[in-house]
Amino acid sequence: MSRSPHNRDERLQALLMPLLAIVTALILGGLLIIVSDLQVIAAFTRIPRQVAVPFTNPETEISLEEALWRHPNEVVIGDAVEVKGKQLRVVGDVRDATTQIGLDEARALYPELGPGVTIHFTFFQKPAVGLRAAWRAVRVAYVALFEGSIGNPRQMAQALAAWLRGDPSLLNRAFYPLSESLVTSTPYILTGLAVALGFRAGMFNIGAEGQYFVGGLTSVFVGYSLKGLPLWVHLPLTLLAGIVGGGLWGSVPGWLKAKTGGHEVINTIMMNYIAFALSDWLLNGPMMRPGGFRPISPEIEVSARLPRFFGGDIRFHAGFFLALVMALLVYWLLFKTTIGFELRTVGANPSAARYAGISLTRSMVLAMFLSGGLAGLAGANDITGLIYYMPNAFSAGYGFDSIALALLGRSHPLGVVLAALLFGTLRAGATRMQSVAQIPIDIISILQAMIIIFIAAPEIIRAIYRIKQRRAQEQPPEADIVEGVQA
Amino acid sequence: MAPILQLEGITKVFPGVIANDHIDLSLHQGEILALLGENGAGKSTLMNILYGLYAPTSGRISINGQEVVISGPQDAIRQGVGMVHQHFMLVPPLTVTENVMLGDELVHRGIFLDRRRAAARVREISEAYGLAVNPEAIIRTLPVGVQQRVEIIKVLYRSADILILDEPTAVLTPQEVLDLFVIIRRLVAGGKSVIFISHKLNEVMELADRVVVLRRGRKVGETTPAETTEEALATMMVGRSVSLSVDKSPARPQESVLEVSGLDVLDDRHQLAVKNVSFEVHQGEIVGLAGVQGNGQTELVEALTGMRPSISGTVRIDGHDVTNASPRQIIEHDVAYVPEDRQQDGLVLDFAVSDNLILNTYYRPPFARGIGLQRDVIDASARQLVQDFDVRTPGIDTAVGNLSGGNQQKVIVAREFNRPIQLLIASQPTRGLDVGSIEYIHSRIIAQRDGGAGVLLISSELDEVMQLADRILVMFRGELMADLPADEAGRDQLGLLMAGVSNAQAQPQPEEVSGS
Repeated sequence: MSRSPHNRDERLQALLMPLLAIVTALILGGLLIIVSDLQVIAAFTRIPRQVAVPFTNPETEISLEEALWRHPNEVVIGDAVEVKGKQLRVVGDVRDATTQIGLDEARALYPELGPGVTIHFTFFQKPAVGLRAAWRAVRVAYVALFEGSIGNPRQMAQALAAWLRGDPSLLNRAFYPLSESLVTSTPYILTGLAVALGFRAGMFNIGAEGQYFVGGLTSVFVGYSLKGLPLWVHLPLTLLAGIVGGGLWGSVPGWLKAKTGGHEVINTIMMNYIAFALSDWLLNGPMMRPGGFRPISPEIEVSARLPRFFGGDIRFHAGFFLALVMALLVYWLLFKTTIGFELRTVGANPSAARYAGISLTRSMVLAMFLSGGLAGLAGANDITGLIYYMPNAFSAGYGFDSIALALLGRSHPLGVVLAALLFGTLRAGATRMQSVAQIPIDIISILQAMIIIFIAAPEIIRAIYRIKQRRAQEQPPEADIVEGVQA
Repeated sequence: MAPILQLEGITKVFPGVIANDHIDLSLHQGEILALLGENGAGKSTLMNILYGLYAPTSGRISINGQEVVISGPQDAIRQGVGMVHQHFMLVPPLTVTENVMLGDELVHRGIFLDRRRAAARVREISEAYGLAVNPEAIIRTLPVGVQQRVEIIKVLYRSADILILDEPTAVLTPQEVLDLFVIIRRLVAGGKSVIFISHKLNEVMELADRVVVLRRGRKVGETTPAETTEEALATMMVGRSVSLSVDKSPARPQESVLEVSGLDVLDDRHQLAVKNVSFEVHQGEIVGLAGVQGNGQTELVEALTGMRPSISGTVRIDGHDVTNASPRQIIEHDVAYVPEDRQQDGLVLDFAVSDNLILNTYYRPPFARGIGLQRDVIDASARQLVQDFDVRTPGIDTAVGNLSGGNQQKVIVAREFNRPIQLLIASQPTRGLDVGSIEYIHSRIIAQRDGGAGVLLISSELDEVMQLADRILVMFRGELMADLPADEAGRDQLGLLMAGVSNAQAQPQPEEVSGS
């Protein structure tokens, strides 16, 4: 009765597959960056009869490589520039760097350029130039992504060293990216848990977005309308309001499914629209900030705010730990309690659940309440931890990304936390990638999409990396397998 | 006469398992060859090799004296080998003709299906072998027995001479089995040859011209029904002597544990499926409920176990009124239930063996304390049960879906018998199981009876009911036709009752019939 030996391989594969999916997505993303980068395209294609004067500052000394990298087809070597070994040196009068004119035109304008030399290559003449440009584009993008999401390791090390010497001033700046990633991950964790819990119970909760809205509304209301309470009463109450609001919103489709058979996918989507409209109406009416014209709610009391741990612009707040605690709670509930056993049984085989004496109605409503509650808590988290009021455009699509997160995390709380950290990190880094490398933020959406595709269709990854699956080819009838293991 | 089909030294090795070990087999024209063996003996593997689904590791296949290599089902069909699978490969919303022509469509003007010509062919085949299948009928509306005949037509339509029937009777009612046997005899009379795969001894004895027995991938015997007995075949098949007749002492019925009176139950289509049914089950007796599948037994059992509401009448268990109680309330009265559809109702296939063993007791001590599951207790209990009930599984963490049917059923039996029970409702407890598992489950049911539980056994296998039951109820079209002591019930009489011929006609002396 020992555990069969290939069980461990399977577990290893379960870890390996998501990793390979991420790596593959990054590689494909890199290719995408390369083919969409104008400079790389230029490095790969020959653009004849074009000339530019590359340097604005006469004192500039740059390497030939760098010059070729920046303007691979446009380096003009003439009177103004001289070649010294591998170095280019700007010696004469240099004009506007952005000018790009035809060679003949340039000669007419600046006779002193002399004959000039236009260096341009096609990819096949000098592949290294193109490849280097490609590598560079990808590297710049991913370094920016990394530094935008985790931080610059050198800066972080320096900041830590300074801090140990008693100078904490560098910390904020060095650790800002990391803290932003964790802040972004927090609602992802909570909404991902919401959808995963629903999946486990056989309920496809597509309504996390609406539940997030409603959770935000109920918590902001408790947050600003109650006054004079101490933090340890007001904050839990505010968070609880989010859970209850999202939970009740979620249990409506659950109840409809149990009682009428109405499919929860349809009903949760419809509840989303109702939630958006409700939020619009409330923010333009009863909950509108007094004395304002914008559709935003009043600010919540200080006593309803999640504590932040660092000063300055570090927004990292206690919500992250709250999310981790919820992940533990969900894990405990699903796998260690009778309630979880019921939910999972209903999810895996409703007929057997009925046979086992489990009330399907109770389980469905409960599953949707808990699922909606977690999504509502995500809304409350953003209200009490980040923005302190309810704006008109509240969500950044967490409710929809969370479906992907639950898939990516295989509906397991630990998997969801890891997936949420990954998504949060990518999202946070994307901003810096856009500003530093001019890579559009959408590339991150594409990366996320590819990761999910590879997770959802592991055969692609198996085919790429030639990972053998034990049951890939013909297999004996099941009874034979068991006999074989016995023998 | 040279054999039409000859297999020589067929060996198939899967990683870690030798599924077929040098098997020789020959089939003559016009012969019914029975291939007998327990689940996992290698019957299906051998036939899948013959049908081209697996390539043999070594060995030769000859058809009509010519050595052939069969590399796929298309190839097999070209060689005249056709297979009727145990699980039908039919498209339910399409007609018989459309299903038959699927994959081999007759067309006119290049792209249009020639349904008329195909239907004519289907009718022709149907009439030639007495299959009585309407080519225009929609598959979904046909009974299982007729669907199987459609599968046979599919094979004949492709001009197969050798028909492989893989456990064809597993899904059939006793009457349908008889019909099938008539058809098979007509097929061989018409020059076809048939390989009949089964693990049911009486069928093999009745139908086959020759019997080949496989055990653990090897051919362990070849004989004819005239030269052997069911006992000898069973011994060959299992590898040890098995008792086919069930040993049991006379029942000592005591107080009534289940009282049903005037029960009416609707089926899924809101038709009255159980009509005014009344009976009792006493402690220490096995009451067998016989009847052809679909005569209300399923609905009756579902009503008794809380899975389906009744519209009138009462159900009392141990004196408590449990009419329309929930499944949990009924379990709480110490009722064990082995459901008819074990994969649908009795198990969660994705769950581990250990979790399936607590499927309906997970909420009680010692498995739960408060809302916390006691994993250690659950696992220890699971290990014990796996041992006690001889469940062949790699471990208690293995998903139940990976076990064979017999072992899945043992998981259910282990779970249901692992608590004090006063009423056991067992619905088709041995359907699809091999001889060894059947013997085991029968002995466990009798042990429950002898331990003082009342047992209601529902089975569409008349033999099973006759062997096990102390009292027999017969159900026909939702009504109880009879309630007889088992030793007074003759096979023929029960057969007539199951077919709806009333008791008075079957047995002219009403005083011999025990009243309920």
